[in-house]
Amino acid sequence: MSHQLKGRGEEGDRSGRRPTRKQAARAEGAAGRRGAQPGQKEPAGGSPRPGSPRRKQAEPRRHLEELGEQGRSSAERTFEGRRKRDGRASLKKQRAPPKKEKEVSRKEEMWKRPKKHRPPSLASSASGAETLSEEERARILEQVEDKKKLIATMRNKPWPMAKKLRELREAQEFVEKYEGVLGKGKGKRLYAYRMLVAKKWVKFKRDFDNFKTQCIPWEMKIKDIESHFGSSVASYFIFLRWMYGVNLVLFGLIFGLVIIPEVLMGVPYGSIPRKTVPRAEEEKAMDFSVLWDFEGYIKYSALFYGFYNNQRTIGWLRYRLPMAYFMVGVSVFGYSLMIVIRSMASNTQGSASDGESANFTFSFKMFTSWDYLIGNSETADNKYASITTSFKESIVDEQESNKEENIHLTRFLRVLANFLIICCLCGSGYLIYFVVKRSQEFSKMQNVSWYERNEVEIVMSLLGMFCPPLFETIAALENYHPRIGLKWQLGRIFALFLGNLYTFLLALMDDVHLKLSNEETIKNITHWTLFNYYNSSGWNESVPRPPLHPADVPRGSCWETAVGIEFMRLTVSDMLVTYITILLGDFLRACFVRFMNYCWCWDLEAGFPSYAEFDISGNVLGLIFNQGMIWMGSFYAPGLVGINVLRLLTSMYFQCWAVMSSNVPHERVFKASRSNNFYMGLLLLVLFLSLLPVAYTIMSLPPSFDCGPFSGKNRMYDVIQETIENDFPTFLGKIFAFLANPGLIIPAILLMFLAIYYLNSVSKSLSRANAQLRKKIQALREVEKSHKSVKGRSTAQSEDTAKDASQNATQLQLIEEGTTPHPASQNQTPDKKAQDPGTSTSASGTTLPASRHISGARPPGVRPDSGPARPQTHPWRSASGKSAQRPPQ
Amino acid sequence: MGGSGSRLSKELLAEYQDLTFLTKQEILLAHKRFCELLPPEHRSVEESLQIRVSLEQILSLPELKANPFKERICRVFSTSPARDSLSFEDFLDLLSVFSDTATPDIKSHYAFRIFDFDDDGTLNREDLSHLVNCLTGQGEDTRLSASEMKQLIDNVSSRAGPGSQREGLGLGLKLSLPQILEESDIDRDGTINLSEFQHVISRSPDFASSFKIVL
Repeated sequence: MSHQLKGRGEEGDRSGRRPTRKQAARAEGAAGRRGAQPGQKEPAGGSPRPGSPRRKQAEPRRHLEELGEQGRSSAERTFEGRRKRDGRASLKKQRAPPKKEKEVSRKEEMWKRPKKHRPPSLASSASGAETLSEEERARILEQVEDKKKLIATMRNKPWPMAKKLRELREAQEFVEKYEGVLGKGKGKRLYAYRMLVAKKWVKFKRDFDNFKTQCIPWEMKIKDIESHFGSSVASYFIFLRWMYGVNLVLFGLIFGLVIIPEVLMGVPYGSIPRKTVPRAEEEKAMDFSVLWDFEGYIKYSALFYGFYNNQRTIGWLRYRLPMAYFMVGVSVFGYSLMIVIRSMASNTQGSASDGESANFTFSFKMFTSWDYLIGNSETADNKYASITTSFKESIVDEQESNKEENIHLTRFLRVLANFLIICCLCGSGYLIYFVVKRSQEFSKMQNVSWYERNEVEIVMSLLGMFCPPLFETIAALENYHPRIGLKWQLGRIFALFLGNLYTFLLALMDDVHLKLSNEETIKNITHWTLFNYYNSSGWNESVPRPPLHPADVPRGSCWETAVGIEFMRLTVSDMLVTYITILLGDFLRACFVRFMNYCWCWDLEAGFPSYAEFDISGNVLGLIFNQGMIWMGSFYAPGLVGINVLRLLTSMYFQCWAVMSSNVPHERVFKASRSNNFYMGLLLLVLFLSLLPVAYTIMSLPPSFDCGPFSGKNRMYDVIQETIENDFPTFLGKIFAFLANPGLIIPAILLMFLAIYYLNSVSKSLSRANAQLRKKIQALREVEKSHKSVKGRSTAQSEDTAKDASQNATQLQLIEEGTTPHPASQNQTPDKKAQDPGTSTSASGTTLPASRHISGARPPGVRPDSGPARPQTHPWRSASGKSAQRPPQ
Repeated sequence: MGGSGSRLSKELLAEYQDLTFLTKQEILLAHKRFCELLPPEHRSVEESLQIRVSLEQILSLPELKANPFKERICRVFSTSPARDSLSFEDFLDLLSVFSDTATPDIKSHYAFRIFDFDDDGTLNREDLSHLVNCLTGQGEDTRLSASEMKQLIDNVSSRAGPGSQREGLGLGLKLSLPQILEESDIDRDGTINLSEFQHVISRSPDFASSFKIVL
């Protein structure tokens, strides 16, 4: 009912206005028209702006001022309300804002959206709550909802604060006043209660958000770095912080569900062989050098896989530790996958159209290249320089895109460079393989030196340190564009790290297989020893023999713990190498340059050594690979995540300090967010690659017979089967067995493939539709332009350009939102957009009044002298009824 | 005196939180920083909300110091008649638009106004060349030569054709490879309007992350 009323009201309004509108458009000039412009943008949330008559500003201004004095006394309002129902003529007046700021300058006014005014129907409702009819109630409800929406989206409006404040207070007052009116009897109280809850909920959410932002650590440190180095360097630290958060969650998971239960409720140290240091190692087990290698007491602690017992339940809680161990190992990967993919998705949401961004390279350079976070003049200078370079580069690119110097030489050099780099990669891979093999020899020997013990880690760290600069030197041969060069460089470092990691893994796997093959003999030895011990003669038969001391029991090598130790060592040595590199390479260099500059023969600061730059890509890759090692190692060394949390914490402080004290801003500044998802993609790849070996070992290697939570089982995942069989009712076991049936899994996989295929084709068709709409816009524009330019020629140039701008805005909006139906509430606005959503014809029809700045712009091919003849023949005129109405001015 | 004793009232804070993209802490910090710009005798809450701070003082903030658009930013956000001073609320508006959580829409709206140097509602050639000059800094070595500039802007605009208002640009341009206006000027009228600007900006992957000022 209320909709009908409104519809009619709008109609009347529209028809009544049409004659005045054109005059108003002229008289009003820039201010009114421009005023509409900001209004074109709807808040991102997509909620339609409640009843805001956008065209009101086209009203003669004195009207408003006259009416501005009309107060808010309810008497007057009711009066006006009646008037409104009587005659539509007064409707416009009613919409006049009650208050008008006169002091604001005209220029400012241009940018302001017209003030939101009290909706007309409100007036009648003020007279009394009791006498409300259904229809009025519905209307008020609608208005209250509108006001609420306005309150929620107010911050999205480009108004000055004073205006927003006033609007907010007005809207709140309105809502408070009329909220109570709604609903009757019991419903009323319920409504009020619901409103109260909603209000409290909003307040709670705000407080919670405030709390959350307070909890984010290192905000100020990162802000400092941002202002000194721009967003690219800061992006590394933000990434580091994100990684720290992820690791904290993993740490909580592992510590809370595995380590702490084991320490509290498990069998204590020294009670069984796997929890005891063997006799042979006992006297050295507490030496620092041994502990440093994660041998001795540390090896037989809850930090490593081997310490855990295969008892099915522990403690009075009857906690199923093996099961928990397995599930935590799986959920570490599950959680990491989920969080990485989620953040990737949220990153891509912002920039959905990658394909299109190529069309706007110059515009992006111009409009988005400044980094507003820069607050340091030196960085600003660098930024100026890099922007200039990029401008010049792109101009040169544009000019010389077809010019190509000696292509054969370039090709030869590039092939050569790639060959050299592949040689480097193979060499480093072989070196690592060789070293790991050698370390297996060393591990069999007794007296090995410190170097021999740590050879693998040292070699890997050195390779990681020296290969990237080598690659950079070789890449100079290739003569790529710096941007492409950076990508290649990143890819090569990635390949290097990955190759090293996998060679390491393969060598480790060899080791594991060796240990597994020895296991059978060790098992026999153990049995034999125990058998001998209990059956040997020379013991008083009457006294039962005390059990063999756990330290004396011969035991297997426990390959899981060995793997865990390798990863632990690698992580620690990687951390140390990073810190030492920062100390030597950055800090000492900076000190040297700074202080020796007084007594040196050339300018050290500007010349050769100078200060170091912060190596973003190297650091990010280092972080990613470190995380990969954590993921791989965490199953066999639950304590690894704890070490990593410490590492990230210290490196946050250490690197923050180092970057602020001894680095200079980049010469070549590349944008942060563009590479952000690139890093995330690398992280995902590394996660996947580190998932593979762990999954392989879990699925296809038998666990050691005498250590770890799964000892005695054929495979580690048997623990699940065991739990299902023993702890769940039998029908559940049947269900699981049924689910694991290949007959069900294969169709499920097929279904997933089909879904992927379907979604893919949907997205393709959507992007095609997008491209078509784009073309449509352009075609529309050109047609319309030619029309306008023709008109513009024949009319006086009194129109302001801004008008056109606002109209264009409407149109673009229209076309972009063309497919979405406009909610009913928007029909209140006597706006072109609301009148016929989805069709651009009438909207473009309104743009017909010519504007001067258009006059010169024509699509190529239209000769100016042919202008006056065109309007008659133009399809546009005949197509749009509205334009036909318009007299040619 | 400065800031610690003077707190904004709860209601006002709540309203500011409703109206800006800032959190409570950020608003309080902004107020503190704003008060530091005031002379010590005007640092009470009431006065700090009324008084306006001149452009020079605002520009001396380290966050804005190095920004080539600092004057434009202040002008756009100023509500005083001469547009040369900022009140606390203007200052909050500024920070809100430049905050992390502001929507890309409102960011691009204000970016457009900042780049619109002559305040005429469209970006024309003068605005663009002004913009390029701002971006390339004051140093002589970093400035673009006139022809480079022309070409750059043409890339954004040149298909507007010889009939556009700025006829003079047609002369030395041998390459008719259009650049910036070419890309962004969808309706080919020789200028970029707000919706075209927002269309382009919305495609940019890193606009929202770099159009940020944090106190």
